[in-house]
Amino acid sequence: MYDFDWSSIPGALPFLWEGMKISLEITLVAVIVGILWGTLLALMRLSGISPLAYFAAGYVNLFRSIPLVMVLLWFFLIVPQFMQAVLGLAPTADTRLVSAMMGFALFESAYYAEIIRAGIQSVPKGQVAAAYALGMTYGQAMRLVVLPQAFRNMLPLLLTQAIILFQDTSLVYVSALADFFGAAYKVGDRDGRLVELLLFAGAVYFVLCYGASYAVKRLQRRVSA
Amino acid sequence: MGYHWDWAVLFRAVPTGETTYLAWMLSGLQMTVMLSLSAWAMALVVGSLMGVLRTVPNRWLARLAAGYVEVFRNIPLLVQLFIWYFVLPELLPPALGTGFKQMHPVAQQFLASMVCLGFFTSARVCEQVRAGIQSLPRGQMHAALALGLTLPQAYRHVLVPMAFRLIVPPLTSEFLNIFKNSAVCSTIGLLELAAQGRQLVDYTAQPYESFIAVTLLYLMLNAIVMLGMRQVEKRARVPGYIGSGK
Repeated sequence: MYDFDWSSIPGALPFLWEGMKISLEITLVAVIVGILWGTLLALMRLSGISPLAYFAAGYVNLFRSIPLVMVLLWFFLIVPQFMQAVLGLAPTADTRLVSAMMGFALFESAYYAEIIRAGIQSVPKGQVAAAYALGMTYGQAMRLVVLPQAFRNMLPLLLTQAIILFQDTSLVYVSALADFFGAAYKVGDRDGRLVELLLFAGAVYFVLCYGASYAVKRLQRRVSA
Repeated sequence: MGYHWDWAVLFRAVPTGETTYLAWMLSGLQMTVMLSLSAWAMALVVGSLMGVLRTVPNRWLARLAAGYVEVFRNIPLLVQLFIWYFVLPELLPPALGTGFKQMHPVAQQFLASMVCLGFFTSARVCEQVRAGIQSLPRGQMHAALALGLTLPQAYRHVLVPMAFRLIVPPLTSEFLNIFKNSAVCSTIGLLELAAQGRQLVDYTAQPYESFIAVTLLYLMLNAIVMLGMRQVEKRARVPGYIGSGK
C-alpha cells in the first residue's frame, strides 16, 4: 500500500493561498469583463444591424470552436509582444497574469454572450412593445425594462458559468503561472509528494465548487419562486 | 511588427529527417481524433448507465448516481487528468500499478487521457440522459409495465431508445466539447494536436504559422463533427415533436 505523508501541506499553506488568490483574481476579472463584453455582443447580435450581428456571431462561434488551451497559448504568445510594442514594456517583464486575464475574459465573453442572448430573448415581446408605447427609446427600453428582467432570470446561469470558469483557470498551468493548482503541483514536485498535493488540490476544488453550485441551486429556487 | 512569415516551414524536414513538420501536425490530429472518439464511446456507455440509475425508483441507486455526477463536475478537468495519470497508479494494488508504469509511455498517456475524458464526459452525458428520460410522458413507463415488461426491459426497449432520440442536440455539443477538452491532455505529454503545435514552435521558432495551422485544424474538426451530427439529428428526429424535441 502507498504510504501517505501529508506533512508537507501545512507549511505550504501560505504559498497555496497566494496561488488561490491568483485563481480568484483571474476568475473575477474574467467574469466582470466577460459579462460586460458579453452583454454588448448579445445586443449586437440581436440589434438587426447586419454588420454588427455578423461580427458578434463570428466572434462567438470562433471562440466556442477552439479549445481553451489553444486560446490561452495564443494569448501567451500575442499579449507580451503587443505590450512590448505598444506600451514599450521591457521584454523581461512578467506579463503572464495579464495575458491569462485577457485570454479568459475574451474567451468567456463568447459563452456569456450566448447566455445573455437567451436571457434577453426570454423576456416577453409585450414588455418591449409596452416600453415603446410609453415613449421610451430603444436604449431606454433595453436598459430599464429588458436587461433588468433578463439578468434576474439568468443570474443562476451566469453564476454557474463563473464556477466553470473558476475550474478552468487551472489551465494557466500551460504557462507555468502559479495559480492554486500550479502552486500545489510545484510543492508536490519539490517534496516528492505529488500524490498528496494533487488529492488535496482536487478536494479543495471540489469543496469550493460543490458549495458554490449548491448555493446557486438555492438561489435559483428563490428566483423562480 | 517585423515578423518574418514563412509558411514553407511546414513542409521542411524535421531534424531527424524522416518526415516533415506537417506530418507531425497531422499525426497530432490523428491522436486527437483517436483519443476523442474512444473517450466518447466510453462516455456514452458509462453515461447512459448512470443516467438510467439517476431515474430508477430505488432511492439509494439514484443518490449514488447523483454523487457520481457531482464528483466529476466539481473538480477541474486538469486536476482529474493529473489524478488519473500521477496519483491512481500509486494507489492501485502494486501488481496493477507497476503493470501500468511498465507500459509504453505513449500508451500510459493515452490510457490515462481516455479514461479521464471518458469519465468526465460521462457525467455530462448522464445528466442529458436523465433529462431525456424525465421528459418522457409517464404513460410510456406505465404502458410498458402494463404490457408485462419488467423494469429493466421497459428501460431497454422503451425509455432509453426514446430518450436518446430526444437528446441528440445536447449530445452534439458534448461531442464537440470532447474534441476541445482533449487539448488538455497535452499537459501530460500526450502528443495530440495542441502539443504538436507547441512542439513545432520549439523546433522552428515560427509560432504564428504553427498556431494558425493548429487552430484551423480544430475549426475543421468542429465543422466536420457538426455536419455529421446534423445528419444524425435528422434521422433521429421523432415525428410529432417540435424540431429537436426540446
